[in-house]
Amino acid sequence: MNKLKPWLFLTALLFISYACAPSSSVKKSPSNQQIAPKPLSTVEHPAPDPRVGLEPGLFDAGEAIWNLEKLSHNAPPKEFIGKTNSDLAFKDHYVIQGNYHGFIIWDVSNPKNPEVVVDYPCPVSQSDVSVYGDLLFVSAEGFDGRMDCGTQGIDKKVSEERVRGIRIFDISDIENPEYIHNVQTCRGSHTHSVLDSPNDDENIYVYVSGSAPVRSSEELPGCSSAPPSEDPNSALFRIEVIKVPLDNPTEAAIINSPRIFEDLKAAPDHGLSKADKEKLEEAKEQGKYVAHVWGRDRIVPDPIVQSLLKQIVKEREGSGQPTAADSARLRKNLDQMIDERFGERTEGEVNERGPNQCHDITLYPAIGLAGGACEGYGFLLDITDPTQPKRIDAVADSNFAYWHSATFNNPGTKVLFTDEWGGGGQPKCREQDPMEWGANAIFTIDEDNKMHFQSYYKLPAPQTELENCVAHNGSLIPVPDRDIMVQSWYQGGISVFDWTDPENPVEIAFHDRGPVDSTRMQMGGSWSVYWYNGRIYNSEIARGLDIFELKPSPYLTKNEIAAAKTVQLEQFNAQGKPMYEWPTTFTLARAYLDQLERGDGLGDQWINTTRQKLSEAENESGDTREEILTTLATAIERRAGSAGDKEKVNKLVDTLRGLANE
Amino acid sequence: MNYKHIQLSYHLAFAGIFILTIGITGCKSTEHPQKESAPANDEKLTELYWTRQDSALQNFTQDDVKFMVGMICHHAQALVMSRLAPENNANRQVQTLSSRIINAQKDEIETMQKWLRMRNQPVPQIDIDSLDLKITLSGKPYTKYKNMPGVLAEEQLHELARARGSDFDRLFLTYMIEHHKGAVVMVDNLFSKDGAAQGESTYRLASGIQVDQRTEIDRMNLMLNKLSNAD
Repeated sequence: MNKLKPWLFLTALLFISYACAPSSSVKKSPSNQQIAPKPLSTVEHPAPDPRVGLEPGLFDAGEAIWNLEKLSHNAPPKEFIGKTNSDLAFKDHYVIQGNYHGFIIWDVSNPKNPEVVVDYPCPVSQSDVSVYGDLLFVSAEGFDGRMDCGTQGIDKKVSEERVRGIRIFDISDIENPEYIHNVQTCRGSHTHSVLDSPNDDENIYVYVSGSAPVRSSEELPGCSSAPPSEDPNSALFRIEVIKVPLDNPTEAAIINSPRIFEDLKAAPDHGLSKADKEKLEEAKEQGKYVAHVWGRDRIVPDPIVQSLLKQIVKEREGSGQPTAADSARLRKNLDQMIDERFGERTEGEVNERGPNQCHDITLYPAIGLAGGACEGYGFLLDITDPTQPKRIDAVADSNFAYWHSATFNNPGTKVLFTDEWGGGGQPKCREQDPMEWGANAIFTIDEDNKMHFQSYYKLPAPQTELENCVAHNGSLIPVPDRDIMVQSWYQGGISVFDWTDPENPVEIAFHDRGPVDSTRMQMGGSWSVYWYNGRIYNSEIARGLDIFELKPSPYLTKNEIAAAKTVQLEQFNAQGKPMYEWPTTFTLARAYLDQLERGDGLGDQWINTTRQKLSEAENESGDTREEILTTLATAIERRAGSAGDKEKVNKLVDTLRGLANE
Repeated sequence: MNYKHIQLSYHLAFAGIFILTIGITGCKSTEHPQKESAPANDEKLTELYWTRQDSALQNFTQDDVKFMVGMICHHAQALVMSRLAPENNANRQVQTLSSRIINAQKDEIETMQKWLRMRNQPVPQIDIDSLDLKITLSGKPYTKYKNMPGVLAEEQLHELARARGSDFDRLFLTYMIEHHKGAVVMVDNLFSKDGAAQGESTYRLASGIQVDQRTEIDRMNLMLNKLSNAD
């Protein structure tokens, strides 16, 4: 089996259609668009938020949508109804959807009417899926997974029938998957990540994460749940690395169990972001009450201040409005009073957690790094030797309960970690739940591969008690020069947000449904939502598969969306990030122009002229086109020195020259 | 998804007010919620969904039931122990830990009670009056829990109740580590029974308790070491 290099397929296909076919829709209109780009600082959310108060229902719930278009919703095939839908993987025009009952393959050639081509019953939790070429990998963690894919479970504690680990299917004929091999592991596989290392052409590697109980050594020899101090072969405190020889995948086997947690000293708390510090200073200057609570300084909200003042008045057996003396007294005793009333939260205690496992590892082989979300920590791993991942940085966060997954931006200069507070089965987006808990934490990565905290992002719409909600899986949307992500929030729905400015993430689109049921909390909502070749695919735990398209807005223009669509992959797993590269197209040039307009980076007149010239060039061909583009590039290049955003202007110039040379 | 129940150890009200800062400004582009159409097919699938949810409730063994009953009682004693922390002048860390334990295990007790109720099994009722823990099952006093792994004997509980300050901290951590280890053993025992924890929610609950308590044992060991080093 030949090894695929997905990023090499960021393909010329679309490139051809975008770059070479003169677009007949391009007429005289200088901008070729109705919606003018606006800065993200001006984002206006729908108000009141339509996600609040949605009607409950399984297939008839109320829905709210903003800057997205739902192309289709399809319930799972009958046999999979009422069984948990899990992660997604993509190959060609197929979407592979994991389910606790097996997996489903959808042909999405027609996104308005996707068709189920495979419903493969093979029960086990969590059935997280990944593809690589002709291979499909499926995670098996629970006790009921059988070798023969039977639905009857296993009623013996030790059984030769049980599969816990990785199931491998041959999908060379994708509509007829063939179950070819298992790799059994001691703790099963909660999730896994497929590593396509640039340093190895003959094998791929699967990193297995699993927090489940270690199974009996009678069932799988060598498995031990004793602490490593008692048994050096303990299955705790390690991940498993499986090597899959591409010319013989049935020989896939564990080759290493690196202890990437070894010698982990308590990681430093990342502390406050710059913006937080400034806000606190400002508050102090304005005479606001600032208390040291839960390990850091926080501004005390006014209702609490009033309530504490009342308490002081009451304690001195006074009545009426608090006096200046009362305020002074509160200032003096603020920390203590807050502690007494609300209990305390110290950071040291949180930092002393030693992780036993990773929940999820996101690989970015093109830059040789992986982000490990490992219980109480976020790791940066060096994966240049795919058999020997090494920890190179670790961060902890007193606001993070359980580090769940990681997403890199395209240049690899930022990483975003999610906190699956409450495990995904709890309603953690209620109005009273803090915005720093069960959220994303955004870090920059410096040249020495150290991570620096910037800010949190949490779904900005409160959900009900009946909706399990917390940060979950998502993927980058390849808009050139921007970090935009679409993310699952279980029954909080999906949220598209921009984190190009890591200190100020901003939501720019969403979709949400009401609770599955009106009386009790049922597991439901978005498990995974990923961008793949121009569309957004949502695996809804209880409801099936949704397909969305982005709608242009001032914060993400038609050209920017079109440029994102020029990135085409042959396969995609969110846990193994390919590096995105944008083919040189007129669309790309227009996307840069929109961004220059948004950021005031070139000057309106130049932007308008360039748009006009681009349309002219696009309608011409041969030498005439070349001349228009070269003249334009040269003229803009001269302006670059005085432009607001030189870097982007230079990218535009390069794109124009690239177009001229075709 | 992981199956952890992460505990809250503090009042959410305070946090809630802190976060009422989501700036949502006025806007023209509001799109109002719409109802998804529910054709007849969806109604059939909805019925199928609920039938499957109900039949999933039948997927349990008597070992699963015993585990739930036992773990409810086991958790209840952890509540008794943890509630001592504030009055016995525990240090900040131990107080935070104990309030987290209270929060998490209270939620888990409720979840396990709901698990039993939905399967028409007798549900242990818990009544805590200071050190006095009364458990009734099917209307009768239930005392079997006293022999479960990690459960403190009466005199140990009184010893803990008498301890103050750093003595309390040390004793609390020592006993709670044992108590947690007991819970880990109980989950191991469940998982070693034929046919146990096959149901999705059973597996999720049991493995969640185990992951949580293991992580907490590590944390408590570190705290205990720190206390010893401080001497």
